[in-house]
Amino acid sequence: MAKLTVGSFASLVGSLSLDFAVKLCQAAVKKGHNVDLWLSGNATMLSKKGQKSFRDYSALQKTIEELLATGRFQMTACEACAEARGYHKEDTLEGVKRHSMDWYLASCFRADRVLLIGGD
Amino acid sequence: MEKKTLGFIVRSLPYKTEASRLALTHSIASQSVDIYLEDGQTVEPIVCFIGDGVLNCLKNQEAMKHYGDTSIGMHMENALLVDLKVYICKEDVERFGLTEADLIMDAEKLGGDMKAEIVPYASIQKLMNEADHLQFF
Repeated sequence: MAKLTVGSFASLVGSLSLDFAVKLCQAAVKKGHNVDLWLSGNATMLSKKGQKSFRDYSALQKTIEELLATGRFQMTACEACAEARGYHKEDTLEGVKRHSMDWYLASCFRADRVLLIGGD
Repeated sequence: MEKKTLGFIVRSLPYKTEASRLALTHSIASQSVDIYLEDGQTVEPIVCFIGDGVLNCLKNQEAMKHYGDTSIGMHMENALLVDLKVYICKEDVERFGLTEADLIMDAEKLGGDMKAEIVPYASIQKLMNEADHLQFF
């Protein structure tokens, strides 16, 4: 099985790029691959707990929790990007890590494939 | 030494989105990646500016004056200061009517030795082919 690293900078609401990235992670995990999802910039919003599900907006928290439970998926948010947006360690979803950008580069080092989705 | 080359290809305009800034900050993060790697493993980033992305390299950016933020130019100088390889697409520089004199080519004022290079797109394509992983910003 391969290791996939996915980076995303797209916002949780206002773009479907993050939805696509999560769906891709889901498909890869389902096939037995290991996936690291790195959230930077506006994408760090996905790591915030307490997201409410509305039909008009992307709601990915439940999917993320299911993916984390597989043990083949880890999600890490850029700590500085999150802090700059005003949410802190205690606001982070259970099981989600926070690191600096060097963590992402190390994940890229170990990956068989790297995909950056939603770089805007 | 086990090395992986990561290509950071910047084609976004500066300041319109966060993309080009993130490309530079992520590439500069290679300086501390060792703490997550085994002995003998390393990451080498290369940063290439193509298309509209070459405008990130313009001198005299005044982001601090207008936005109170560090400029993309300051990040570019930091990248050169830590000896990252920075390439700028020659054809796109010419397309905007720019010359080397208009662009940030070094970090001499910070004491850096590394210089950015203006190279034909074919050279950038070769670098992209040789990189282990590519990311477009």
